[in-house]
Amino acid sequence: MADAIEINGLTKVFDGLVAVDHVSINIAEGELFGLLGPNGAGKTTLIKMLATLLMPTSGTAKVSGYDVTKDPDKVRRCIGIIFQDPSLDNRLTGKENLDFHARMYGMDRELREKRMDEVLDLVELKDKANILVENYSGGMKRRLEIARGLMHHPEVLFLDEPTLGLDPQTRRHIWEYIRNLNKKEDITIILTTHYIEEADYLCDRVAIIDYGKIVALDAPKNLKDTIGADIVSLEISDSVDKDFVAMLGKFKWIKKMKEHDGFLDLSVKNGETRIPELMNIAQKAGVVVQSVSLRKPTLEDVFLHYVGKTIREEETSVKDQVRERMRRRWHN
Amino acid sequence: MAQLINLEAIYVMWLREMKRFFRAKSRIAGSLAMPFFFLAFLGTGFMNVRFSGMPPGVNYIDFLAPGVIGMILLFASLTAGISVLWDREFGFLKEIMVTPVSRVSIVLGRILGGVSTALIQGILILLISIGMGSKIVGIFGVLSSLVFMVLISAGFVGLGIAIASRMKDIHGFSLIMNFVIMPIFLLSGALFPLEGLPTWLITLAYIDPLTYGVDGLRGCLIGISHFNLLVDFLILLCFCIVMVGIGAYLFEKTEVD
Repeated sequence: MADAIEINGLTKVFDGLVAVDHVSINIAEGELFGLLGPNGAGKTTLIKMLATLLMPTSGTAKVSGYDVTKDPDKVRRCIGIIFQDPSLDNRLTGKENLDFHARMYGMDRELREKRMDEVLDLVELKDKANILVENYSGGMKRRLEIARGLMHHPEVLFLDEPTLGLDPQTRRHIWEYIRNLNKKEDITIILTTHYIEEADYLCDRVAIIDYGKIVALDAPKNLKDTIGADIVSLEISDSVDKDFVAMLGKFKWIKKMKEHDGFLDLSVKNGETRIPELMNIAQKAGVVVQSVSLRKPTLEDVFLHYVGKTIREEETSVKDQVRERMRRRWHN
Repeated sequence: MAQLINLEAIYVMWLREMKRFFRAKSRIAGSLAMPFFFLAFLGTGFMNVRFSGMPPGVNYIDFLAPGVIGMILLFASLTAGISVLWDREFGFLKEIMVTPVSRVSIVLGRILGGVSTALIQGILILLISIGMGSKIVGIFGVLSSLVFMVLISAGFVGLGIAIASRMKDIHGFSLIMNFVIMPIFLLSGALFPLEGLPTWLITLAYIDPLTYGVDGLRGCLIGISHFNLLVDFLILLCFCIVMVGIGAYLFEKTEVD
């Protein structure tokens, strides 16, 4: 299968801060590809470069075979983009927003009408099509934006945080739409998200991106398999005891240990059989274990494995706040 | 390269402006209110005042009406141009910028829309002032005044787009209102004749492009003008071309986000 997107050493520097750092990815036609990372990791910057809204500092990117810097107009014809922040005209009706879009892409009347029907059907907004967008709910607006992004039959669709700020039920709905789109309309989809479940549930492949770099890239299942074991998570009352950690380190069946906010995560095969033993060790070491949990690895663990922090920790860390502030200053 | 002049895109940009305009009924009423009050209260209040430069047989309201038309054109077209800023604020600018339409066509559509909405408001004020007893010299005068209305509007829509392209958010809006719109309006001779003014004031008035607009309107509508009508027309035409050019250039360079 041909590649819908070829990215080669793509880099974007804002005033000395590297937002996207030599990213190289190939995305196959028809793939549903996820960029997972905390806020400010460079996901949106990467997408904006692919969508010709930002110029790369260095490196190249091709979308549907067209270079984003040399042939931006051809790229624009092939892509649809659904932005992170709302981008609808609230004083127009849903249908008028779609019509505006279709005419900007030079679609003739017959095609416009037919396509509007189709996309409104797809996002179940047919009965609301003639209402002003200012009267739409958040979920409806999001669906309308998705419909609009599809109006001109894009070959590649970019979704920037498609379910950000939506309630769980609407999120589920949008996930179903995205899946359907990918299958029924045969569109290559690249979505960014900082919701682990979203990447896990939707994507054929996921790239974990942190500080502008790709730190892992594979199918969610394969990524989880790299962890290779169950996770036994011990909640420890005081700070995690160094001696205790050293003690556990002697056991070969503990493949990996990771501390994070008062928890000690242990990678253990057949975790359920090892919990009694772990309790014994803890008791001998005089460590009070407040709770124990056992789970199969998730993308969250993969993230933790590669980035060294949970995605939520990462988002609230101080340096990230600084980065976020700087990002805002440059972007607004 | 996308075609530079994309008629369909220009049309749909214009259509959007028109739809938004006619839907905001309260805003139309709001923007017509001030010029109406100027005509009704200032026009009546100064009824008996004789300005030294004003020819005999001309009432203050006759003199004021073209000035007030100039005022609404200024307000309407500048805000139409600055609406780029609102599109930025509400994210719609991104939607426009990611389409395969040349920026020139986008700017032309916007200017066409802004000129149309300003023109409608200008004509409404003209009708209102006629209804209030302001004398006009005839149908030819009215038709030629439309030429001036279009030039005034296009120039100031261009200026609005230029300003909006350089501004990142809407916080500077009131600054523009106070430091751009009001001086342009007050210095244009909309409210008083330019004859016999102190040099500093008349110099400022001569720099003000709206001066030539108001003077042109006055020449067309009541047959009295400070300058030759052709001079008004040419200066205004230059202003218009320069502003549209600058507006288009700065918009072209604007970055989204």
